Amino acid sequence: MVIKTEDLSKHYILGVETVKALDGVDLEIATGEFVAVMGPSGSGKSTFMNLIGCLDTPTAGNYWLNGGQVSNLSEDELARVRNQEIGFVFQTFNLLPRATALHNVELPLIYAGVGVKERRERAEEKLSLVGLGDRMGHRPPELSGGQRQRVAVARALINEPALLLADEPTGNLDSTTGKDIMKVFVDLNAQGQTIVIVTHENDIAEYAERQVHLLDGLIDKDFRNEDREI
Amino acid sequence: MLIKEILWVALGAIRANLLRSFLTALGIIIGVSAVIAMVALGEGAQRRVEDQISRMGTNVLTIRAGQRMFGGVSTGDTEDLTVEDAEALRDQSPGLLTISPEISSRAQVAYLRWNSNNQIRGVWPEYFGMYNLELEHGAFFDQGHVQGRRRVAVLGHSVPETLGTPATILIGKTIQIRGQPFEVLGILTEKGEAGFNRPDEEVFVPTSTAQYRVFGGRNRLSSIFAQVASQDLMDRAFGEIDATLRREHRVRPGEAVDFSVRNSSDLIATFNETNETFALLLAGIAGISLIVGGIGIMNIMLVSVTERTREIGVRKALGATRGAILFQFLIEALVLCVMGGVIGVLAGVGGAMAISRFAEWNTAISPQSIVMALAFSAGIGLFFGLWPAQRAAKLNPIDALRYE
Repeated sequence: MVIKTEDLSKHYILGVETVKALDGVDLEIATGEFVAVMGPSGSGKSTFMNLIGCLDTPTAGNYWLNGGQVSNLSEDELARVRNQEIGFVFQTFNLLPRATALHNVELPLIYAGVGVKERRERAEEKLSLVGLGDRMGHRPPELSGGQRQRVAVARALINEPALLLADEPTGNLDSTTGKDIMKVFVDLNAQGQTIVIVTHENDIAEYAERQVHLLDGLIDKDFRNEDREI
Repeated sequence: MLIKEILWVALGAIRANLLRSFLTALGIIIGVSAVIAMVALGEGAQRRVEDQISRMGTNVLTIRAGQRMFGGVSTGDTEDLTVEDAEALRDQSPGLLTISPEISSRAQVAYLRWNSNNQIRGVWPEYFGMYNLELEHGAFFDQGHVQGRRRVAVLGHSVPETLGTPATILIGKTIQIRGQPFEVLGILTEKGEAGFNRPDEEVFVPTSTAQYRVFGGRNRLSSIFAQVASQDLMDRAFGEIDATLRREHRVRPGEAVDFSVRNSSDLIATFNETNETFALLLAGIAGISLIVGGIGIMNIMLVSVTERTREIGVRKALGATRGAILFQFLIEALVLCVMGGVIGVLAGVGGAMAISRFAEWNTAISPQSIVMALAFSAGIGLFFGLWPAQRAAKLNPIDALRYE
């Protein structure tokens, strides 16, 4: 089990009003699953993503990531979990513009305290895996959107995370490039990588083998994707 | 390896905004160079004063004859100081290191067809040591010459030139002082001005010779010089001189003395103090400009943190701890300040050199001021970088990632 949440909640207090962004979510995601988390804006899917990405802590409930309880860790412990257990892919890529593709991919290893030589080898391997073996010395502004997102995927995979967490990964890409990126995800999943994609696009969710729909901070629908697009 | 990444990022950030970084560091550059140049100026002035002191004699007291008072009324005549007084001081005042009587007057000095008018100083050999006078050629005269009233002379540095003869040739030759033949024993090194005296243009002869062979049997001394071992022993020395001369001159206790004693370096010391205050003031002003520079650093670091909010978010999402982020921005401020400090040191040293060359002021660049200025600028980097770095470290990763 990679993810197990129990009554996971996030309530914000705005003045006298309590906003229930997430109101008790119970969810289990097994190793090797490819899940799309869907829902309209305001459904709580961003909050949910922040919580399972260990960027935020819940106000109530429990969360086990890869078997470890993470819902009440300190900020530095959460940083270590993000570094070791989670690989993020963002809609806006979020690469460091002045650093080369190779350096961008190495970044999590630097915070993990890995030595220079090993860092380089592993970063080169991951860049080759996403088909950018010949672009390692390029900086993000010199790369196309699809290439940038591939760099981001390589970066997310660098620490062999238990969970690959993608937030609208095709949101800034044209549909052809978006499909290419989704193929990368499908391939990674086929090799056993657990993937959670947060999206509001049905086309994208079609690539996942399971869809979880959120509405008003609660799970609305949770079903297997029978006619999966591969 | 994290430190390497942090340094790399810091240098990259500085390079990415090169002009801005330079303008920010300019405050530190100006501050540091001002500190270095001001301290160098102060130090230079100080050394000049110390030079003066050493030329005027270190811890030398000057005893002069004063007017004899009778019942509170000056009788008009002055009591003489004699060689016997000097001998008594030498033999009876253990607190005085060395003693030299002095009798001086101007006289005509001639060698072959050249002649000039010079200050003739009749002294004991101890005088040379007292005033740090050194030989360039030949030898000093000694007590034997003094006792024998020998006609020997030691010349100031520029005397051979006025006598139209190279110093080396003049040694052992006979010159005329007020018509009397004198053998040249030695030539002194160049000293420059010492107070009101110009030792370079003077001719030194034994006191006894001056008294009996040059100035015609005059017993009166111009003054007696007494060197004291250290500044701390000055009071004791004053007391001993007072006691010995009262005995010699038969001045009863309570009666006013007929001589005066003054410390030649007192004036210089006062001057020195003024000088120090001035140097401190200048360094203080320069220090303030360093602090202003530091505020500039803080301002730009805050801008930098805001600009790079998203980058901070990404780094945090990828596993950077608070400490790593704090460290990163702290190092950036530190690198900026230390680079400014290094440039400032170079500018300050160059400025001090330019001042001493073009304004012909004495400067002395002290290594301590360089180390201090660098340490101070690093300290400013840490102090003024801390708050912006803390702001960066405390950023919430979610908000930081969403920041546009």
